[in-house]
Amino acid sequence: MSHNCNPAVIERLRALHRLASEARTKGFWPVTYLGDGPEMIKKTFIVTAMAATAAACGAQARDQVQIVGSSTVFPFSTVVAEEVGKSSGGKTPIVESTGTGGGFKLFCSGSGDNTPDVANASRAIKSSEAEQCASNKAGGIIEVKIGYDGIVVANSKAAPQLNLTLKDIFLALAKDVPGDDGKTKPNPYKTWKDVNPGLPDTKIEVMGPPPTSGTRDAFVELAMEGGCKTFPWVKALASDYKDAFAKICHSVREDGAFIEAGENDNLIIQKLVANPNAMGVFGFSFLDQNTDKVQGSIIENIEPSFENIASGAYKVSRPLYFYVKAAHLDTVSGLKPYLAEFISEKAWGRNGYLSEKGLIPMPDEERAKVRSTVAANAKL
Amino acid sequence: MTDISRHANAGAADAMMRRRYRAEKRFRWYGISATATALLFLGAMLVSIVVIGHSAFSQTFIKLDIFFDPQILAVEGKIDPDSLRRADYSALVKTSLQETFPGVTGRREQRQLFALASRGAADKLRELVVEDPNLIGSKASLWLLSSDDVDLLVKGEISRETPEHERQLSDLQLEWADQLVAQNAAELRFNTAFFTTGDSREPETAGIFGAAAGSFYTLMVTLALSFPIGIMAALYLQEFAPKNRLTDIIEVNINNLAAVPSSVFGLLGLAVVLNFFQMPRSAPLVGGVVLALMTLPTIIIAARAAILAVPPSIREAALSVGASPMQTSLHHVIPLAAPGMLTGAIIGMAQALGETAPLLMIGMIAFIADVPESVMEPATVLPVQIFLWADNPERAFAAKTAAGIMVLLAFLISMNLIAVILRRQFERKW
Repeated sequence: MSHNCNPAVIERLRALHRLASEARTKGFWPVTYLGDGPEMIKKTFIVTAMAATAAACGAQARDQVQIVGSSTVFPFSTVVAEEVGKSSGGKTPIVESTGTGGGFKLFCSGSGDNTPDVANASRAIKSSEAEQCASNKAGGIIEVKIGYDGIVVANSKAAPQLNLTLKDIFLALAKDVPGDDGKTKPNPYKTWKDVNPGLPDTKIEVMGPPPTSGTRDAFVELAMEGGCKTFPWVKALASDYKDAFAKICHSVREDGAFIEAGENDNLIIQKLVANPNAMGVFGFSFLDQNTDKVQGSIIENIEPSFENIASGAYKVSRPLYFYVKAAHLDTVSGLKPYLAEFISEKAWGRNGYLSEKGLIPMPDEERAKVRSTVAANAKL
Repeated sequence: MTDISRHANAGAADAMMRRRYRAEKRFRWYGISATATALLFLGAMLVSIVVIGHSAFSQTFIKLDIFFDPQILAVEGKIDPDSLRRADYSALVKTSLQETFPGVTGRREQRQLFALASRGAADKLRELVVEDPNLIGSKASLWLLSSDDVDLLVKGEISRETPEHERQLSDLQLEWADQLVAQNAAELRFNTAFFTTGDSREPETAGIFGAAAGSFYTLMVTLALSFPIGIMAALYLQEFAPKNRLTDIIEVNINNLAAVPSSVFGLLGLAVVLNFFQMPRSAPLVGGVVLALMTLPTIIIAARAAILAVPPSIREAALSVGASPMQTSLHHVIPLAAPGMLTGAIIGMAQALGETAPLLMIGMIAFIADVPESVMEPATVLPVQIFLWADNPERAFAAKTAAGIMVLLAFLISMNLIAVILRRQFERKW
């Protein structure tokens, strides 16, 4: 273990030690108040900590890859990690599911052994996050796009399959709906039939992920915003009045029609089976594993299937990424094999093992492009 | 009241008596039904866990004739462990499946065929060959893991009645699996790997041992820190400390700390242990320190109660024959208070065993496949493992989750059992 190798820590401990001795000679009250005994203990503690740090520093750089980030990429990242661990005989990379934003926060906190090597993301890095990385001297970052994920709106097999448009989804779930007069009104719709006469007369009841989830962000941006833009006057706001546009298009109703069901998608599926009138929003991989229990709604006349998402015909899908610290490629052994394994054909290819886990592969030419940027070590 | 008035009210008094008896009876029924409801919930929970989870203790294996083909394994004739590890072992499994079902051609069908065996089967072959490179070139008939879907079919959890496109197994795969069963080449065996390996993304190879070891190391650190500190603090506060405003404040604070939400301790761990002392993320050492902070108040409160329960006459007797206060405490008070202290410590440990919230901040909620071998190696703990499995899309993880809960419950029950035995063993009645 060599996590303590940071010279800053040793310096900090030395400073602490100095402070303690100085304070005692100068008669700084808290230390003198504690008397001889506790101060001795304190001194011993600091000295021990320094010794331990120094001992740990004898070792070379870290040998276990640390990965943080999106819970959507987590299932794919872990499979690759396991494969790397088994085939190299070395240590299996550690994968933490912190959410995309939380992952970048850790990832961009600096460079060195105590910061993660890879950040998984269910969206591209934001400019604010990239700035944070730069200001913390995290060094060059390599972006790797790995494939696509579809978001489905599903219900129980016991109920009829719905054929929705993005506009239907928006009208059913928006907090305020735009009227024809250029004003918005609180969402009045109670049943799907109210939204669109072609839909069944059942109560609107949709279970989905909480705002901390990347799936929620993507759903709001792709499905809700897509439906929102069908109102010409709202669409016109997008360029000049971003805030007003986002407020109308990105606000999900809070009157009980949309139920935040937590990050556990298995739970949503159980609830859908128990309540055939309810709909659920979750990632395609969960639909894929439970096709005997739930069915995905047709959106804009396209069924959520592997082929339709891969071809881009299904509208509610998003790219997935991971980001690698270039500087760590040479210092952290195991990072290069991880990167190589992830972009190998047997992992992310058309018939690779990641596709079995629900990752939707990119077209051949796009994969080749990403591979060449990675090979060239191209940083952001 | 006079006699006359009481007499006049005799009828009313009788009625009141009957009412009181009825109320008494009702009261008992409330108590019984409350107990019964609680038992019912507990029973329902246990039954559902066992019903779902028992199937995780067995796993389907299929018998395959494997030829350790030198052309695949010893690339360019190299047989050093490193190149042996990198060889494509799934190719051996695929060839064997192809030989078992010679009629299968076409890419799509072959893919379906290869999906019968687990990825764990190739791992097993790798393990065998790396251990004994002499196997290369030989043939062997081996029992290897089947895929999770075949396993579910053999366990009867995939219904044959569901239409093909909604089933995890296609009609062809069903046919092949049935053929294997008919040839006695597929059978359920006890799942030893579940108790000996770490986490995996394949349900059939996932094991609880990594998390159990992580829990063990974490709790060892917690115990080593919180027990001595807790006992010393309790002893000092109860026996030696002067009663003044300062000790009052300390006492109130300890009681308050016992009620602080556990995730707060995680934040503290992140700020102090990780950021200031730069300890590694995900290490049981850090988890142990955080959980020790959390269990300290529990231990101190229990230990103080135990010390308080030692009769003053014992102390007076010791002091009167010339023992120093320290000797009185060490030779008399602590041994007599020990059962109570130990019980408190074990209850605190049991609490710490079930905690996940404080561990989130310090990176112990993570996919960690390697079994930890020291307090510095990354690890996760039992409740976290259960939480992670519950979140996985593969259906077969449901059984693993329930089985993980059973293992956690077994740990908890045995810890509580130890607490009861210790109490029985050392308890003194005055």
